Amino acid sequence: MEGPKIYGEIFGLTITQTVVNTWICMAIAIILCYLLTRNMKKIPGKAQVIAETLVTVMDNLVAQTMGKDKMKFAPYMLSLILFLAVSNTAGIYGLRSPTADLNCTIALALMTFFMTQFFGFKSKGVGGYLKSFLEPMPFLLPINIIGELANPVSLSFRLFGNLLGGGIIMALLYSALAGLIFFPVLIPIPFHFYFDIFSGLLQSFIFTMLSMVFISGAMD
Amino acid sequence: MEGLDFIKACSAIGAGIAMIAGVGPGIGQGFAAGKGAEAVGRQPEAQSDIVRTMLLGAAVAETTGIYGLIVALILLFANPFF
Repeated sequence: MEGPKIYGEIFGLTITQTVVNTWICMAIAIILCYLLTRNMKKIPGKAQVIAETLVTVMDNLVAQTMGKDKMKFAPYMLSLILFLAVSNTAGIYGLRSPTADLNCTIALALMTFFMTQFFGFKSKGVGGYLKSFLEPMPFLLPINIIGELANPVSLSFRLFGNLLGGGIIMALLYSALAGLIFFPVLIPIPFHFYFDIFSGLLQSFIFTMLSMVFISGAMD
Repeated sequence: MEGLDFIKACSAIGAGIAMIAGVGPGIGQGFAAGKGAEAVGRQPEAQSDIVRTMLLGAAVAETTGIYGLIVALILLFANPFF
């Protein structure tokens, strides 16, 4: 699997394949949301039922993992899982998955990291926030700081490694199949099913779930 | 052997050795799945909760293996010594 191609430069910002594919994935997610939620009625049609199911499932998940008092995070988490689900399964429709680039996953993990710190600060206050680094004992301060900084690293590397590893295995499989005469079309199907659909959706779920656990853990 | 060739050969061997880290997540995920099966056998009505917790735990257990994979990838494709 090749690294992301560089297309050009706009105002000193490098436009890579990852940037373009991220915009494509965002467009797919936005169009999906628009198609599911247009002309909503009191008696729902098929599309509205799907949209309502998604929102209800996410609300229940947030209520279970973070608690009923943190329901305001449900929209963010649903957007996050929607974007991740679209971009992790991008391999099926022939795009290079944007999350197979460390830049994209680190950006997402830093969002979770700053949300963790900000909402921990907001709900505990200055004293409580600083005191949480001295628990359970004051001399564990360096360990606590390293532990906080390790969260975005492990979050981003997990997503990146899974997606890139899957992509490398698919690329190796395709290069091996190039010399094969029989059934080179059918063999990749189960591999695509595992690496793109199962692993991709599982990783997007895991990322969202761990974000929820970190943020609610910092708040109470 | 030239110096650069030696470094390349050693990097390839190192990448192979780094992937031994894949053993750990295999054991850990297998353990999690076994315990999950046990829990479902004991409490079939709580299956969805058990499966969700098990997948989360399995993904966290996978982290060390992913670190090994990233070290191997760095050695092969982004080696600072080449």
